[in-house]
Amino acid sequence: MATDQIFKKDSIGERPLDPQAPLLSVEDLHVEFRMGVGTVQAVNGLSYGLDRHETLAILGESGSGKSVNAQAVMGIIDTPPGYITQGSVKFRGVELLDLPETQRRSVRGERIAMIFQDALTALNPVFSVGWQIAEMFRIHRGLSKKEGFEKAIELMERARIPLARERVNSYPHEFSGGMRQRVMIAMALSLDPDILIADEPTTALDVTVQAQIMELLRELQQETGMGLILITHDLGVIAEVADNVVVMYAGREVETGEINEVYHHPAHPYTIGLMDSIPRPDLHTERLEPIVGQPPDLMHIPSGCPFHPRCRYRKDRCVTEVPSLASVDGDRLSACHYWEEVMRERAHK
Amino acid sequence: MTEPFNEGTPTPLEAVEGLKTGPEASLWSDAWRQLRRRPMFIISAFLVVLMMLIALFPGLFNFSGYDPRDCPLAVDGVPNVRLGPSAEHWFGTDLLGCDYYARVIYGARVSISIGIIVTVFSTLVSLVFGSIAGYYGGFIDTFIARITDVVFAIPVILGGILILSLFRQRGILLVSVVLIVLGWPTMLRLARSSVLSVKENEYVDAARALGASNFRIIRRHILPNSLAPVIVYATITVGVIISAEAALSFLGVGLQLPAISWGLMLAAAQNRLRTDPHLLLFPGLFLSITVFAFILLGDALRDALDPRLR
Amino acid sequence: MGRYIIRRMLQFIPVFFVTTFMIFLMVYAMPGDPIRALAGDRQMSASTLEALRERYNLNDPFVVQYGKYMKGIFGFLWLDGDLGTDFRGQPVTEKLAAKLPITIRLALMAFGFEVVIGILAGILAGVRQKGFVDNLVLVSTLVVIAIPIFVLGFIAQYMLGVRFGIMPISYNARDPLFSLLMPSLVLGSVSLAYIARLTRTSLVENLRGDYVRTATSKGLSRRRVVGIHTLRNSMIPVVTFLAIDLGALMGGAIITETIFNVPGIGREIYDSVTHQENAVVVGIVTFMVIVYMLANLVVDVLYAVLDPRIRYD
Repeated sequence: MATDQIFKKDSIGERPLDPQAPLLSVEDLHVEFRMGVGTVQAVNGLSYGLDRHETLAILGESGSGKSVNAQAVMGIIDTPPGYITQGSVKFRGVELLDLPETQRRSVRGERIAMIFQDALTALNPVFSVGWQIAEMFRIHRGLSKKEGFEKAIELMERARIPLARERVNSYPHEFSGGMRQRVMIAMALSLDPDILIADEPTTALDVTVQAQIMELLRELQQETGMGLILITHDLGVIAEVADNVVVMYAGREVETGEINEVYHHPAHPYTIGLMDSIPRPDLHTERLEPIVGQPPDLMHIPSGCPFHPRCRYRKDRCVTEVPSLASVDGDRLSACHYWEEVMRERAHK
Repeated sequence: MTEPFNEGTPTPLEAVEGLKTGPEASLWSDAWRQLRRRPMFIISAFLVVLMMLIALFPGLFNFSGYDPRDCPLAVDGVPNVRLGPSAEHWFGTDLLGCDYYARVIYGARVSISIGIIVTVFSTLVSLVFGSIAGYYGGFIDTFIARITDVVFAIPVILGGILILSLFRQRGILLVSVVLIVLGWPTMLRLARSSVLSVKENEYVDAARALGASNFRIIRRHILPNSLAPVIVYATITVGVIISAEAALSFLGVGLQLPAISWGLMLAAAQNRLRTDPHLLLFPGLFLSITVFAFILLGDALRDALDPRLR
Repeated sequence: MGRYIIRRMLQFIPVFFVTTFMIFLMVYAMPGDPIRALAGDRQMSASTLEALRERYNLNDPFVVQYGKYMKGIFGFLWLDGDLGTDFRGQPVTEKLAAKLPITIRLALMAFGFEVVIGILAGILAGVRQKGFVDNLVLVSTLVVIAIPIFVLGFIAQYMLGVRFGIMPISYNARDPLFSLLMPSLVLGSVSLAYIARLTRTSLVENLRGDYVRTATSKGLSRRRVVGIHTLRNSMIPVVTFLAIDLGALMGGAIITETIFNVPGIGREIYDSVTHQENAVVVGIVTFMVIVYMLANLVVDVLYAVLDPRIRYD
């Protein structure tokens, strides 16, 4: 939108934005939560990047640190008990983690927006959806109440919500789950952010509605050219939409790469375990193989490779030495000491 | 590096790092463990137990040695009324010459008894009818809810004044009954909403699917799980009822002489603020501490039993 | 929303009738001689008793008695209500007219005090949990709640009035507002404690809500997130409480007016109880109960305004 150009300066505070730099660049991020009984290492050295037009999927179980990482990027972690102890988060070359709060706040909503899992609790129940969307314009753009509502209707239509004008004064609980999620998407896209982070956007929805929402996100991304980060534990949901994927385990990435490559030729035992544990009608498998064991206790992360207690390819080195990310093929990375053998083994099955 | 990977045996679960096994934690044992450590609980529990002991065995605690009903207006020609605190009479004497310490100690019995009786009965009634209303829903629920609404529409003190003022003889029984009748709506609503939220749980459906009778479901599944908020509220209610009885006696519609009640003592002393403040101080102090102890105990229980705060 | 209001009013009507009927039953239809009960310990001649019986319609059939009783109540709608008289013939309505204004003034002062300071204290405590203000509020409110209101009244009288002499210990007409200050502070104190705690708990709980995270990620300032988004949600239970609180305020007014010698209807009830003017007691209490029910109705509607989720219940 033209007016936005006036507001989208090319700097944050005094730091100029670099048009050549990637949209988002997360490097060696460490986040911990200090609770009375111990410290939870939620994110342990995570790195990834995002470009314009790119859809990045962050895949992992609950407790893998995927949501915490997003919150760190947005700067909405409650401190205490959460602390970002190490690492850097750069938006178009500008470091965000040490920005003063007022400037950090100007990034939220304006440059990087986020949508959450359960739209019923994520939206304020006592204000109408129009009011909540319009709020973005009233506060960030100085529009009047009436102008804000007009914008809200516009955005609701963009998110393909039928009868937007009639429903702009309705409350969140009056919408169905899918429609509510569209409201959240509309609200997040109000100010034309460069990046949209979607934290489990479809987990609370029915399968058919899931597909619609994913479709909507993809279309909107193509329209605006924004970067999209999809955080989920559901492999199927992102298969169609994502370009690249980062697989997370115990707070760090264990495998990254282009999504089809990772899906069809996984290079890490955890990813292999994930692929093997979902039903595949196209393959003639007799039984599903779950990954044995439990997700790691983040207060006491196993030594060496955090996956070693559950890994059937485990060797002695895995218990003592933390694997670094090895390049499997260009940008394809795997954090396994024995990724070559693992891939070979699997190819022979 | 050339050896084949051992694919056959999955790691035994127990050997997997991070898997926790240990003693079962139930809501109550967890709560008890938490409570034991909190100073708030220890202090309030101590005070509650102390006051209840005083109520049960006033003789033991009556260190003054005087009989609370033995009230000589003068001793050896010296007036014995409205004396201030002294070594002889720790809390002084009251308007009739009774040893005040003894009276305050004996006053505990009546006040706390009413508190406990009313709370126990209210709780029982509330649990029974609240579970029935919450569990069965429908007409029964509406019926009970309407009755509750009616009684709820009458504030406790007002209703107490209204009813009690019509009776010439008022003893512990009457006052207790009136307080039960006026007080159960609040507790019943609480019990009912607790039951309603427990009812939504899937283990209730599971029990029903396994063929358990309604009665059994209520008794073994619903009641134990909806008990926590009710118990917290009941503890607080004891304090509230003690306070209410004192208020009613103070206003002259509660207990009557020759009963010994803190409320009555305060009523008798209300115009003596300037001249004999000790007459207000001691019963007031004991009353406040008792009510405080019960409410604090309820608060501590609530913090320990609230699963969200853990 | 309109349907919600209508439904609430429909619920109100049976409760109103049943409650007034119950009061009627208790007083006029109890076994034994109600006139004896109304007369208390007074000695009365047979003719006086008979006159009273006539006055209170006790010679009429039950239904007629009830009818006249209800007529007396509904009479208020056209300002001709009848709630009985005392033994000297003064109608209760006259007493009400004379004394109600003072009680209303007292109650309003107490209400204003408890709402403003209670909510403020609750917000300050809730926003900075476990801080000094929070602990201070928690402890002090607990103490105030635990100490019965009349004990609080005596403490206030003693400390503020006798010891330090900064406020008059009882009401006097020469100084109508200032001498009502201490009674209204005492009257509002317990409710203030409840309101502060409730606001705090509600705020803390709402701050944990998901929508707070959403609001923050929209780039809104902390002040706006707490002051507008969270507060609106947090006020809902407080408003509900205010309805129940009115009942406590009424009971408290009786005690406070007695201790501080305020010539309001609370004091009137106390005096009537002491002098066994039971008819007056019944009349005033009936009046107060009806006011209480109406206030609850109003608050119920207010609740729907604040929380759109229940409008369709």
